[in-house]
Amino acid sequence: MADWAGALRTLAARRVVLLALVVLAVMLLLTALGQWVFAHDPMAMKVSQRLRAPSWSHWSGTDELGRDITSRIFYGARYSLGIGAATALLAVVFGTLLGLLAGFFRRLDAVLMRLVDAMMAFPDILLGIALVSILGASPVNVVLALTIVYTPRVARVVRASTLVIRELPYVEAARAVGVSTPRLLAVHILPNLMSPILVQLSFIFAYALLAEAGLSFLGVGVGAEIPTWGTMVAASAQYADRAVWTLFFPGMAIVLTALSLQVLGDGVRDLLDPRLKGAT
Amino acid sequence: MNQSQPRLQVRDLHTRLLQASGALPLVRGVSFDLYDGQTLALVGESGSGKSLTALTLMRLLARNARWQCTGQALLRDEAGQTHDLLSISSQDMRQLRGNRVAMIFQEPMTCLNPVLPVGEQIAESVRLHRGLDRRAARAQALRALEQVEIPAASQRLDEYPHQLSGGMRQRVMIAMAMVCEPQVLIADEPTTALDVTIQAQILQLMSRLQQQTGMSMLFITHNLGVVAHHAERVAVMYAGQVVEQAGVAELFAQPAHPYTQGLLACLPGRARQLAKQTGRAVPLQDISGQAPAMHALGPGCSFAPRCRASLPVCTAESPPWRAEGSHRRLCHLGEQP
Repeated sequence: MADWAGALRTLAARRVVLLALVVLAVMLLLTALGQWVFAHDPMAMKVSQRLRAPSWSHWSGTDELGRDITSRIFYGARYSLGIGAATALLAVVFGTLLGLLAGFFRRLDAVLMRLVDAMMAFPDILLGIALVSILGASPVNVVLALTIVYTPRVARVVRASTLVIRELPYVEAARAVGVSTPRLLAVHILPNLMSPILVQLSFIFAYALLAEAGLSFLGVGVGAEIPTWGTMVAASAQYADRAVWTLFFPGMAIVLTALSLQVLGDGVRDLLDPRLKGAT
Repeated sequence: MNQSQPRLQVRDLHTRLLQASGALPLVRGVSFDLYDGQTLALVGESGSGKSLTALTLMRLLARNARWQCTGQALLRDEAGQTHDLLSISSQDMRQLRGNRVAMIFQEPMTCLNPVLPVGEQIAESVRLHRGLDRRAARAQALRALEQVEIPAASQRLDEYPHQLSGGMRQRVMIAMAMVCEPQVLIADEPTTALDVTIQAQILQLMSRLQQQTGMSMLFITHNLGVVAHHAERVAVMYAGQVVEQAGVAELFAQPAHPYTQGLLACLPGRARQLAKQTGRAVPLQDISGQAPAMHALGPGCSFAPRCRASLPVCTAESPPWRAEGSHRRLCHLGEQP
């Protein structure tokens, strides 16, 4: 774990993973530095320039109010990526806690997992729509709603892995040494769950990105005044037949980021298997 | 040290698996004494209750089943106080486990946590029981690794289990068990998963450690050759009971229980000996039949259906203990008519 440079090198050894890493790095960099890189203010409207096709001055064209789509994409990325990351982190933290407890303590299992089953019976987006309508449309509420949607998914995966690991001989051996139950969970079981958990982290990041876009498209997302990728796609719907770039570029941002995250998740899973870590 | 008092006294140990259909007796009245510096071998075929006896003593029976354990297992600590391993609280048991009573398992491949360096796994025990800080515990772990003769011990501390060979992993397991200098070590087939040359090394190592520390050892095995070389006393288990208990030399020279006699006759060495004496090839002996199903035990001796010398009384009444000195057996045979 300590050798981050080595880990990164191992990850990058696979072409697809390297590509995903580069895409994500560029995306993050432009998101952070967007206001200095791009000449146009993402919020500045110029009605004379509305729905212009991509050109040297507007790389991705302009939207229906004449705003530069490129700078809006990277401005909106703060919200889209922020919502994705926050959702993924929260869902993984709560899901891991639930899954670990349910997997380890048989009595809790029945109760917790029936709750999780009930939650998972709703389609993701439908549950998201319902929750956002109750909570109200705002970035924080979208994160809350999506966390509630994805926590059960993580809990299931973590529980399944916990069920396997707690029966392994080294858990019994740790008990034979006199390890207490909380320590057993934290030191001997949790670290062995890291690879499914990290994979879930990257997957849920990608899912949340898509779900946020979906919610915003349906008008129950963060609110139309905030330019997330989802609201941009939603706003483009009326003009896409005349100005396909209003749909294409925000859509590509969503697709590329989600895809890169999934590929990265796969790469991380392979990396985390200690048997593949090399003999150094 | 009072040599005449046993370190661990197990009395009438019963372990029953509680099922919907009733309690299944799997360990049925096991009694034995363990003395300092001595090794008691617990032998028997698969399913005879050897490992279950050990797990009962460690209070490590599988948690996904319901168990009922009765009897006593009295451990004498250095202050001369006795603790009944079966009745003390689980907190107290956790204090003893790994500290006064340690256990080595059969599978060195799977008994080590794959994501923790072995040094940390060894150090964990001393940190828990001695309250040592990270550095001091690491020093103890290093000492323990050196004690089990692992080459380049200081490098091994930071290695992960998959980087070690099977024999080295078993050494690490032993280091884990020995690092707190337990008074009783329970070794559950510690060499079964290893190849023969490594087996010999590990057994030698364990004997040497025992001589150094004066701990007593409960050695579970089905390898009679190992028993002959490394144990002082032997308890033979069959169908959850100890059916014969004696000193090693005595048991091998004069097995008194028909099951023990059968086991010894099965050894290839015995057939070779007979062949030499008679000048003819002698086929390997076997014990016909199979071990009884534990849920359908009759009232009599559990070995009676397979016993060559079985009497009518054998299937009707459970056999009594008979003893000549310290040589005890559970059998009807030899009763005066």
